[in-house]
Parts: sequence; structure tokens; C-alpha cells
Amino acid sequence: MGKHVVLVEDELNIAEAIRFILSNDGWRVETLANGSNAVEVIRKANPDLVLLDVMLPGKSGFEILHDLRADPAFVDLPIMMLTARGQSRDRELAHKAGVSKFMTKPFSNAEMLEAVRELTATV
Amino acid sequence: MAREGLTGSRIRERRVMAALRQADLAREIGISASYLNLIEHNKRRIGGKLLLDIAAALQVEPQTLTEGAEATLIAALREAADEAGLSGPEADKADEFAGRFPGWADVLARTRRRVAALEATVEALTDRLGHDPHLAASMHELLSTAAAIRSTASILAETKTLQPEWRDRFHANLHEDSDRLSTSAQALVAYLDAETTAENAASSPQEEVEVFLAAHDFSFDALEGGGDPLARIDDMLSGEATLRSPAARYIAKAMLRQIARDAHALPLASLRAAIDDIGADPMSLAQHLDQPAGRILRRIASLPEMGTGLVVCDRSGTVIFRKSVEGFSVPRHGACCPLWPLFAVLGQPGMVMTQKVSQLGRAQAQFDCFATCEALAAPQYNAPPLVQSVMLLVPVPAGGSAGVPVGATCRVCPQDNCVARREPSILSTGV
Repeated sequence: MGKHVVLVEDELNIAEAIRFILSNDGWRVETLANGSNAVEVIRKANPDLVLLDVMLPGKSGFEILHDLRADPAFVDLPIMMLTARGQSRDRELAHKAGVSKFMTKPFSNAEMLEAVRELTATV
Repeated sequence: MAREGLTGSRIRERRVMAALRQADLAREIGISASYLNLIEHNKRRIGGKLLLDIAAALQVEPQTLTEGAEATLIAALREAADEAGLSGPEADKADEFAGRFPGWADVLARTRRRVAALEATVEALTDRLGHDPHLAASMHELLSTAAAIRSTASILAETKTLQPEWRDRFHANLHEDSDRLSTSAQALVAYLDAETTAENAASSPQEEVEVFLAAHDFSFDALEGGGDPLARIDDMLSGEATLRSPAARYIAKAMLRQIARDAHALPLASLRAAIDDIGADPMSLAQHLDQPAGRILRRIASLPEMGTGLVVCDRSGTVIFRKSVEGFSVPRHGACCPLWPLFAVLGQPGMVMTQKVSQLGRAQAQFDCFATCEALAAPQYNAPPLVQSVMLLVPVPAGGSAGVPVGATCRVCPQDNCVARREPSILSTGV
């Protein structure tokens, strides 16, 4: 237990629901509603998992993903993207940028939890 | 062969085309045949007065003999070759091609530009969400709110030991999000609705023509007067801003000619007089006026006071004309409901079918349908006639006996157990 996740999501009610679900599963959840300083926060927190919305104020999820993957320390960090734009082009873009899992909204809580467990099975 | 020296090749090409012997051309411009031979084989540079003289003797513009003038053309050809994967010595011959076959080269270059423009359009259309920021933003809003509601609702439903303060909190969130969902859903509907106003909807030539005809109420006084209508049709079309594409003008011209032929045989004034006499029943009018039923149906549709709709299809079942009427939807894209009388008469030219129908859907308006199928051209031995079907839709007041239920198109049709169903409906009741 004591696993640490950073959630970057500007929809407060989604963030709240996810925080509740993951907390119940034993996660320490750090939420962030803005993209601009997300990379520094994640660097400092050095979490076990990052949940990333695509459309964020300040800096898009794609840019954050790109910046994180460019850092050797975060090459293997599990990063799951959540998006309400399920277009195949976005999915492709995310996979090229090195996303670990791409999930489209609206997802079910069970689905999300299962994906989180799968991504961090080796952590 | 050095590419710079191709002027000589062009001179030779033009001379051969003009059926001039080397010696004759050389004599005319005052040089020796052997010198002209060197020029033609790109062994001597040429310019200035000599070039002008040769161009004059060959009766071509001097530019057609020199490089440079075709620089853009050659660049376009090289791009075309590059895109098609043409490489090696053949690809290096773009300027030779442009020099020897300027007309064909121009056709190729223009075709390439057109292809590029069309590719851009196709991309824009297929990736609508990406290119319509408003639509993309609306969908994003809807899906985000749906995501919040789904997560929150399932926490409330599935967490057995939820503390009261959390429960209240999630209830409040749910309330807030459901408000937001209905607001954004309404906004999206308003946006999509606004988009189908006539002017924006005209995205295909057929739709441009429909907008044009609707703007004139499907009747044209200028074509009712008799005389030679062809010149008048050209006049009418030349002043029309709504018909942008050449295809739309072509279609509109054919429709106006049909209207002119009908007007010549049966002016609206005569039709109105007959209706005053014997009423508006199409079959009685056809007999009384000794006119084909198809014409009667089309002419009735041109009377604005009747408020009728009209649909015309060709032998393939493709709808080639529509005059919309409230309560009967004719799909813009995709195939129509095969239960329409319009299609029922396709196999029986000459028969006039009448049926009371109502189209399933929200409006549930009822119509008396009159449909007939007629041959388009004079008959020929052993050739099935090229026919077209016409269907007139006369709105009838609600009440009375129910009409035969028909749909618009399968995808939006709620009819259960329909023998004519081609594909499942997206409405849950129809699957």
C-alpha cells in the first residue's frame, strides 16, 4: 500500500470521483487541475502512476506526456490518458508519444480501476 | 543531353509538326542547314534575333521555344512525378515533356493541383470533429459531463458503506453535472439545427438546386409565357448567385427545361381554371385536360397555394428532385424507404397509384400520395424504357383513417418487424 498517483484533470467532479475510487483502493492521490506546472509537480512527486486528461488548461496532456517521456527518469513510468475525444487520431498520437494506456470517457469505474491495477502490477 | 539545351529539341519538334524540311527553314531564316542541325541537336546555344526569326518562321510564340516560361509548370510536373513515385531518368524528363507536349503537361499539372485540393477537402470532411472546433468542443463537453456522472453515480450505487458526508457531496455533484449535461445537449442540438438552414445545407450540387428552386417557390412566371424558353433559361441561370458549381447549373438547367416543357403543354393558369371547375383530383385533371398524369403531378407541385411536396426518382431509384413538405422527410444522404409509392410504381410505367401514407417519426403527418412512372424518351424496339417516377404528396388534415406507415430511411425508422428493413435503426425501439 501507500502507492502514489498524480491525477491531472480539470473536471473537478471527475477528479473527485476518481480520487474517491483510488483512495478506497489504497492509493495516495494528488490532484492537479492545471497543465502548465504538471511536469514539475510530477517530477517532484515521483509517483507510481500518472493519470492524465488530454484537454487541460495551460498545457495539453500530449505535451505533458511528451515532456515526461523525454526525461530518462520517466521512460518507464506508467502513464494513463483519459480523454473525451476518442478519435483514432488522438489515440495514435498518444501511442506514438509513449502512453501506457489510453482510456476514453465516459469509462466505468471498474474499467478504470482494472487498468490502474494492470499498469502497476509490477510496481 | 543537357537539359538547358532543350530549345533545340523544341525547334525540331515544331519544325517537324509544321512539315518543314530543315533546309527550307534554314534558308528562310538565313542560316546554313548544318548550323540549324547543330541548333536542333542542342549543340549550339540560341537566343536573340535568331530565336525570334525561327519562332516567326514556325508561327509560334518565342517563349514556347525557350525554357523558363514553363518553370512553374515543370515544377508542378516534378511534384506530380515525385508523388507518383516516378524516379530515375524518366523523372528528369519533366522539362522535355513540358516542351514537347505543353498542352498535355498543363493538363497534368492542373489535374495534380486539383487532386491536392480535393484531398484537402476529403480530409476536412472525414475528420469533421477535428475541423469543426465548435462541434468538437460540444462533444467534449458532453462526454466529460457524462464521464463525471457515470463515475459519481456508480460510486453512489456500488459503495455499500458510503459515509453520509461523501454521499451528500456526490449527490450534489450529480445534480450539478446533470444540469450541465442537459444545457450542453440543448446547445449541441441548437447548433446542429442551425446548420441545416437552407443556405448552409447546400453542400452538394443537388442541394444548391433545391435551395434555388425553393427560393422561387418551384414556379417560374418567366417560363409560363410560351415562346422560346431556352434563351430565357440561360438568362435566369446567369443571374443566380445560389448556383455556384457548374454541376448545379447543369442540373438546374435540365429542371427548368422540364418546367418549361410542362408549362408549354399546360400553363398554370389553365390548371388553376380546371381545378376551379372540377377540383384538384390528379386523375380527374389528367382526363379532363388530356395530359399525362406525371405532368399533372409536377404542375400541381408548382402551385404554391396547394402546399404539396414532390419527389422524383430515376430508374435506379435515385432521388433526382425533391420539393420538401413539412412532415415528410426525404433523406439527403443514403437510400429512402422502399415502401414509398414512388418506388412501387417504378416497375409499372403508366400506372397511377394513390395511397394515404404517414411517415413514422415525431410529426406523424398524413399525406395523400399520387405516384406514377413514365417513359422519358420515345420507345425503341426491344429496349426497356428509361423511366422516371413522380410522387405528389398532398397533406391531409389529421384524423380519419390512418395512412399506410412508411419510413424515411431505415437508420432513423422505428418500425418493428418491417419486411423492407435493410439495416438496423439507430433508434432503440426499431432494433
